[in-house]
Amino acid sequence: MIISINGERREVREDLTVGDLIADLGLAPEQVAVERNGALVPRARHGATRLAPDDALELVTLVGGG
Amino acid sequence: MQTFEDEPLVLGDVSLRSRLLVGTGKYASFEETARALEISGTQLVTVAVRRVNLDREQGPSLLDHIDRSRYEILPNTAGCYDAASAIRTAHLARELLGTKLVKLEVLGDEKTLLPDPVGTLEATRELVAEDFDVLVYCSDDPRLAVRLEEAGATSVMPAGSPIGSGQGVLNPNAIRITLELVSCPVIVDAGVGTASDVALAMELGADGVLLNTGIAGARDPLRMAAAMRDACTAGRNARLAGRIERRLYANASSPTEGVIGSR
Repeated sequence: MIISINGERREVREDLTVGDLIADLGLAPEQVAVERNGALVPRARHGATRLAPDDALELVTLVGGG
Repeated sequence: MQTFEDEPLVLGDVSLRSRLLVGTGKYASFEETARALEISGTQLVTVAVRRVNLDREQGPSLLDHIDRSRYEILPNTAGCYDAASAIRTAHLARELLGTKLVKLEVLGDEKTLLPDPVGTLEATRELVAEDFDVLVYCSDDPRLAVRLEEAGATSVMPAGSPIGSGQGVLNPNAIRITLELVSCPVIVDAGVGTASDVALAMELGADGVLLNTGIAGARDPLRMAAAMRDACTAGRNARLAGRIERRLYANASSPTEGVIGSR
């Protein structure tokens, strides 16, 4: 299925959870926060949150800033 | 060296001895960031929330270089141009850090980076309702500061001058009036170019100064970190010591009596 991650369309496998996606992308879960269709997905729910076609995800982390 | 007692700067649940708040952007390396923070003596550092770069191998992260037992971390909503995206960014920041503190920025446009007062007030209300401790980057408008405090802001942080401009405190009067009108901490945020800007802000009575580019952009950031640290202490001490009145004419320092040859 096709979803959007950080504004880019990506093909991902069906039945994927947010937790699976973070692992597949090789990201450290504690360094990533996830928003799905405009709403935060708390870390405790990453494993239970299944993605659907056309979902728009934002995967963010902390960087230097003022 | 004699040091003097001072009350801590309290921001929500956080209590700080250093009144210098330092950003982590624009340094040459994470090592330089860490060293500058250490030299500055700060106890609270700001960070930004950004998309993970998925096209690059994940390298070391900024947080690997910031000792959280030593520094409080203040995430910002920099880059947000409306209340809704600032609120979303604050949610993501709280998820990443588990802290209630947020530096709210709702900006008007990319050229000036001046705060949008209406969006800023709107986002402050919402984040306060969601139990955030909101440190609000705002324009140097004393009446806006009052409205933000009424909305529940933990601190108001008027810009001395535009972000990164290095112009210092352009309207000291506005800062002074703000200090008269609000009772929450007032932190001068943005525009600091050099040490005297920090000292001036603290002498006006500001409770703290937040800066980033003034250190990170200096030719020698580490030395500038030391200068900013010292200026913050100097300005604070001068404020607490109580400066002399400004006078138009001279007032001799040496005794006027007993000068030789006098009648």
